[in-house]
Amino acid sequence: MPILMELFLTFAKIGLFTFGGGYAMLSIIENICVEQKNWITHDEMMNITVIAESTPGPIAINCATYVGYKKGKLPGAILATLGVALPSFVIIFAISMFLEGFLEITWIAHAFQGIKIAVGILILDAAIKMIKKMKKKPLQIGILLASFAVIMLINVLKLHVSSILVMLTAALVSVAFFLAEKGRRKEGQA
Amino acid sequence: MIYLDLLIGFLEVGLFSFGGAYAAIPLIRDVVLAHRWLDDEMLSYMIAVSESTPGPIMVNLATYVGSNKGGFLGAVIATTAVMLPAFLIILFIMILAKSLLKNPYVQATLRGLKPCVIGVILATGVYMILGNCYVKAESRVDITAILITCGIAVIYFGSRKAVKKGLSPIGLICLAAIVGVAVYGI
Repeated sequence: MPILMELFLTFAKIGLFTFGGGYAMLSIIENICVEQKNWITHDEMMNITVIAESTPGPIAINCATYVGYKKGKLPGAILATLGVALPSFVIIFAISMFLEGFLEITWIAHAFQGIKIAVGILILDAAIKMIKKMKKKPLQIGILLASFAVIMLINVLKLHVSSILVMLTAALVSVAFFLAEKGRRKEGQA
Repeated sequence: MIYLDLLIGFLEVGLFSFGGAYAAIPLIRDVVLAHRWLDDEMLSYMIAVSESTPGPIMVNLATYVGSNKGGFLGAVIATTAVMLPAFLIILFIMILAKSLLKNPYVQATLRGLKPCVIGVILATGVYMILGNCYVKAESRVDITAILITCGIAVIYFGSRKAVKKGLSPIGLICLAAIVGVAVYGI
């Protein structure tokens, strides 16, 4: 199959199974793009995740554009991005045209109660995989634990703090440590 | 003109929605309510629908509002607009990426961002699993949900440990949907 066609179809499949925000989809993308098709490495997947989190827009779109561009330049990026959005476009368009009371259809509501549980597990799976492969230096472990604790607090207490603020702090802390270490090395040389 | 309104409104949503769909919902609310595209009740309903249909929540909402206000063309315009900023930004980063990633300050930033993003994702997963197992309206623990969670977690992680090609994430979603219909439908 030509690569452009494959990108489009693969991301359409990924789009069809993306439920409840982008995080669950990270497991699906890792499974398909890293483990099955070897389009990107695990390190690249980690980079995409960070870039997707620190840039605006749906994570699904960010990932599709990245992988699409890498495998097929501009046409690849366009087709992968269109592919990931197509299933939801068709489904929502159909709902808006024909289906009043979509959520009142009981079997769909029941299926979704199950899917929500799977989504939680997939998000956890994505996080565990990344923890296994990350560099475990004290600073990194500290940032991970602190971010986890802060986000849990924000969620539980329903605070209006954006996760962007947490990320910004982590980035600043890391750069500060880098500068301090650089300063120390210079002193050592002098 | 409605098409231009949709274009500008959803470009704004796409450009300022950082940190995933749930963080973006307040922004979408502001834009949709300010333009009077949907009323509050309809918007809450559509957010629920977007969460229970596949696809990024922002794309789902854009398609719905666009189609509601401007038919097929409106849906295409709103959906394209919400995706365009993310698409262009990633393209831009990809073109610069090679030289950008070699910069020691960018590397230091990434060393801080990676564990932070992992922490955010872990917290989101844990909070979601806890939320699934607790019925807030009735303040009680949902034993059925706990049992389903443990059951499919064991099947998913267990099968992946036991055989190289265990249950795939997509397989897990299908299994969970079937379990949901079977358990809650009876």
